[in-house]
Amino acid sequence: MTVAAKPLVETAGRPLRGGRRFSLDWLGAVPFLAYVGIFLLLPTAIAVGGSFVGPHGLTLSNLTAMNKSYIVAAFVHSVVLSAASAVLGAALGAVLAYAIATGNPNGVLRRLVTSACGVLAQFGGVTLAFAFLATIGLAGFVTLWLQQRGINIYANGIWLYELSGLVLVYTYFQIPLMVLVFLPALDGIRPQWREATESLGGGTWHYWRYVAGPLLAPAFFGGMLLLFANAFSAYATAAALISQGSIIASLLIANTLTSEVGLAQPGLASALALVMVVIVAVVMVLYTQLQGRTSKWLQ
Amino acid sequence: MSRDRRLKLQVFRVVVFLVFGAFFLVPIGAMFEFSTRGSTDNAPRTLAAWQTIFQTPDLVAAILASLALAVITSVGMLLLLVPTMIWVRLRLPRLNRVVEFLCLLPLTIPAIVLVAGLAPEYRWLSINVSESIFTLAFVYLVLVLPYTYRTLHTGLAAIDVKTLSEAARSLGAGWPVVMGRIIVPNMWSALLNACLLSVAVVLGEFTIANLLNYENLQVAIYLVGKANGGVSIAVAVASLMFAFILLVILSFFGRPRSRVARQPDELAGFGRQLGGGLR
Amino acid sequence: MTTAVAAAGVGTATRAGVEVRLENLKRRYAGVTALDGVNLTMAPGELVALLGPSGCGKTTALRLVAGLEQADSGRVVVGGEDVTGQPTNKRDVGMVFQAYSLFPHMTAWQNVAFGLQMRKVDAARRRTRAGEMLELVGLSGYADRFAHQLSGGQQQRVALARALAIQPKVLLLDEPLSALDAKVRARLRDEIRRVQLEVGITTLFVTHDQEEALAIADRVGVMHSGRIEQLGPPTTIYSRPATPFVAEFVGLTNRLAGVVGGGEVEVRGARLPLVQPDAAEGPAIALVRPEAVTFASGGETAAGPLVGTVIAVAFLGATSRVTVDLGDVTILAQLPTSEASAHPAGTRVRLTLRPDPVLIAHDEKAGPA
Repeated sequence: MTVAAKPLVETAGRPLRGGRRFSLDWLGAVPFLAYVGIFLLLPTAIAVGGSFVGPHGLTLSNLTAMNKSYIVAAFVHSVVLSAASAVLGAALGAVLAYAIATGNPNGVLRRLVTSACGVLAQFGGVTLAFAFLATIGLAGFVTLWLQQRGINIYANGIWLYELSGLVLVYTYFQIPLMVLVFLPALDGIRPQWREATESLGGGTWHYWRYVAGPLLAPAFFGGMLLLFANAFSAYATAAALISQGSIIASLLIANTLTSEVGLAQPGLASALALVMVVIVAVVMVLYTQLQGRTSKWLQ
Repeated sequence: MSRDRRLKLQVFRVVVFLVFGAFFLVPIGAMFEFSTRGSTDNAPRTLAAWQTIFQTPDLVAAILASLALAVITSVGMLLLLVPTMIWVRLRLPRLNRVVEFLCLLPLTIPAIVLVAGLAPEYRWLSINVSESIFTLAFVYLVLVLPYTYRTLHTGLAAIDVKTLSEAARSLGAGWPVVMGRIIVPNMWSALLNACLLSVAVVLGEFTIANLLNYENLQVAIYLVGKANGGVSIAVAVASLMFAFILLVILSFFGRPRSRVARQPDELAGFGRQLGGGLR
Repeated sequence: MTTAVAAAGVGTATRAGVEVRLENLKRRYAGVTALDGVNLTMAPGELVALLGPSGCGKTTALRLVAGLEQADSGRVVVGGEDVTGQPTNKRDVGMVFQAYSLFPHMTAWQNVAFGLQMRKVDAARRRTRAGEMLELVGLSGYADRFAHQLSGGQQQRVALARALAIQPKVLLLDEPLSALDAKVRARLRDEIRRVQLEVGITTLFVTHDQEEALAIADRVGVMHSGRIEQLGPPTTIYSRPATPFVAEFVGLTNRLAGVVGGGEVEVRGARLPLVQPDAAEGPAIALVRPEAVTFASGGETAAGPLVGTVIAVAFLGATSRVTVDLGDVTILAQLPTSEASAHPAGTRVRLTLRPDPVLIAHDEKAGPA
C-alpha cells in the first residue's frame, strides 16, 4: 500500500494500517489546554506553591509559621461561619425547595423563583453587604422601624459586623444555592413511590422515614457540603461588611497579600492559601461522592 | 392524593412563600428605600441618588467597563469553549473527562487563592501588554467555565453531534462548515444561556478586580459606598434587577419539564456546580 | 388461554380470593367525566382485564379501588366491606404500577419485605417471606440486587412479589407491561397469570393492549368514555362484539356497506346473519372480521362485487394479512400463509364471506377499520 502524503484535514488522526501515526487531532485541544494552564493552573501553582518557598529555597517554615493564634482563630472562625451558614442554609433551603417542587413544574411561579434563586446565589459581595446595611445596619430601615417601637437590636453590641452578623448575611445566598442544588433531587422523587408506600400500608411518616428521607439524604448532605465550601471560599461579602481586621480566613489571606507584613513574608499568604484550598478540595470531593449516589437513585 | 393532604400542602406552600418572600424581598426593598431617602430625616423621597449615578464619572466608567468585560468574556468563552467541546466530543473522547475536570476546577479554587497567584502574572501583563481593565477578561473567562461548560454540555448532548457531523461530512462539508452551519445553529439556546450566565458572573465579580486594583462595577459600588451610600446602593439595586431580568429570560429558553423529567434542568445544573469565589 | 398451575412447593400460604364490587362509580375532574357509572362484580380469584384506549377511565377505576383517588359517587366493596372512604394504606390492596415503582435505595428483597415492615413483622420472618415471594416470581438469586441492576421485566416481577407479600385481598395491575419490550411482555404476562392462579387472588388488570387482555383474562371489560361497553369472556368479546366500538377496538374490522333486511344483511352479494337480529332495516355498515374473508376456490375472476386485485400481503408468521382492492373499497383478509402465498400481489381474486354473524354500525365511512 503506497504511503502518499495526504491533506492534513482529510486524514488527521487516522493511523496507517500496521503502523502508528501521530494524531494531529490533539492540536485541536491545545488552545483550551494552554489557556487553562496559564490562567488557572499556573496561578494556583504560584499561589499554593509559594508556601514551600522561603528566602533561601525550599522550606517548610511558612507552614510552621502559621501556628499563631490569630491565624488559627481566623480558620476556626471560618469553619464555624461556614458550618453554621451551611446548616441553616441547607435546612431552610430544603424547605423552600420542597415548596417549589410541589408546584406546577412549568408554571410562572417556579420560573420566577428559580431565576431569583439564581441571581441571589450569585448575589454576594458588595451588593449583599450593602443590602443588609440598608436593612439592619445602624441606619437601616428595619433598625429604625424597630427603634421607633422601642426595640434596640444593638443594645448588646453591634453584632452585624461580627461572626453572628456574617452568618445571617451568608444565609441570604446560601438558601438560594441550596434550592438550586436540591431541587433536581426533589424532582427526581417519583409519585409512584408514595403511592406504592401507601398501597403497602405505609402512612406519611413511614414514607418519609423509610423512602423519601433515605433517598434525599445524600442530596441534602451533599448540598450542605457545597454550602460549606461556598461559605469558606467567600471573600467579597465579608470584605464589604468588615472594613478592618481579619476575623475569617479569606480576609486574612487578602490582608496578608496587601499588607506590609505580608509583602515581607510572601510565603505566608501562600501557606494560608494552601490550607484553604486543601479544606475546600476535601469538601468538594466528598460532595462529588454524594452527588454520585443521588444521580444513581434520583435520575 | 387525598383532599385533606392537598389542602395542608397548599397552606404549607403559601406560608413558606410568604415567609421566605419577606426574608428575601425586605433587604431589596430596604435598598430601594435607602436610595430614595431625602437629605434630612423629614425630607420627601427623592430620586437624587439615582440621578447622581450619571453624574459620577467613576461610576459610569465602571459600569461601562463591566458591561464591556461581560461582552468580551462571553465572546471569548464561546470562541474558546464551543470549538473545543465539539472537537473533543467528536475526535478526542478520551479527553472528555479532562476537559470536564478542568472546567469544574475553578469551583474548588477560591477566587481569593487564585488572585494570590495571579498578582505576578498581572504585573507582567500590565507592563508588557496593557494596563487596561479589559485584561481582567482573561481570568473572568476561567471563572465562568464551570457554569458555561455545564450549559454547553447539555446543549451538545441534546443534539446528536456525531450523527449530524457524519451526515454533513458525507455530503461533502468541511469542518468549519460542520461547526458553523450545522452544529452551532442547533445550539442557540445553550449558547444564549451560556452568555447570559457569563454576564451575570462578570457583573457580580468583586474579589479579583479588587485585589488586582481594577475598578469594575462592584469595586466602584464599594468605593462610592464609602462616601455616598445612597448612590452606591442605587447602582447595586440596578445591577441586581438587570441580572434578574437576564436570568428570567434564560429560564424561558430552558426545556419544558415534566415532574419526572430526565434532562437536567439547565439552571439547576448551573446551581449544582456553584461554588465559591464570587462572594 | 390459561396456563397450567406451577408445581407446588412454594409456601404461598394465601387467603382465599374475595369478591370485589364496583358499584356505579362516578368521577369527574376539570370538567371531564372520567367515570360515568361503572359497575363490575369480580368473583373470588377471578382476573378481570379492563381494556380500552387512553382516557377511557380504566386507570381511574383501578385507582379508585386502590384508594389513590376518591369517587364522586358510588361504592367500592371488597370482601363484603365498603371501603369507599378508606385511605389507601388501610385497604388491603396490592398494586403494581407501570414503571419506576421500586424503591431505588433498597435491594429487591428489601423492597418485597417493605409491606411486611409496615405491618411490624420481625426481620427474620420478613426475610424468609421475601425470599419465598421472590422464588414465586422466579427471581430467587436476585434478592440482593438494586433496581438499576435489574432489567425492566425483572423489576416488574419484583414489584409483583412486593405487592403479593402482604397477602392483599385484591391485586391491582396498572398497565404493568406497557413499558417493556415486546418479547418480555409476552413472557411476563404469562408469568403474571401463572402466579395469579397459583395464589388465587382476585385481580384487576388494566391495559390498552387487547392481545394482553384476551390472552390472560377470565373476563374482559372493554371501556370507552368512562363506561364499560361490554363485559365478558375473551372469546365472546372477540367474536360477538356488542357495540361497534368494541368490534373496532378489539381485533381488526372491515366496514362494508350493505342493506339490512329480513334479519340478515346483504353485503356485496352475500347474505350474512346478524348479531342483533332486530337491527333497523335499510342501508347500514356491516363490520366483518378479516378472518371471515377468504379466497373463493374457482369461480369467475372477471367481475363481481367480491372480485378484486391483491395489493399487498403482510406476512405475520402462521397467518398473513392480504389487502385486496375491490375497486370502490379495500378489504382485509386474514388467511393461513400457505393459502395467501398462492395469490401474491397483483393477482385477481374472488373472495367469499363466511356466514359469521356480523355487527351493524350506522355511521358513514366504509373501508377497513
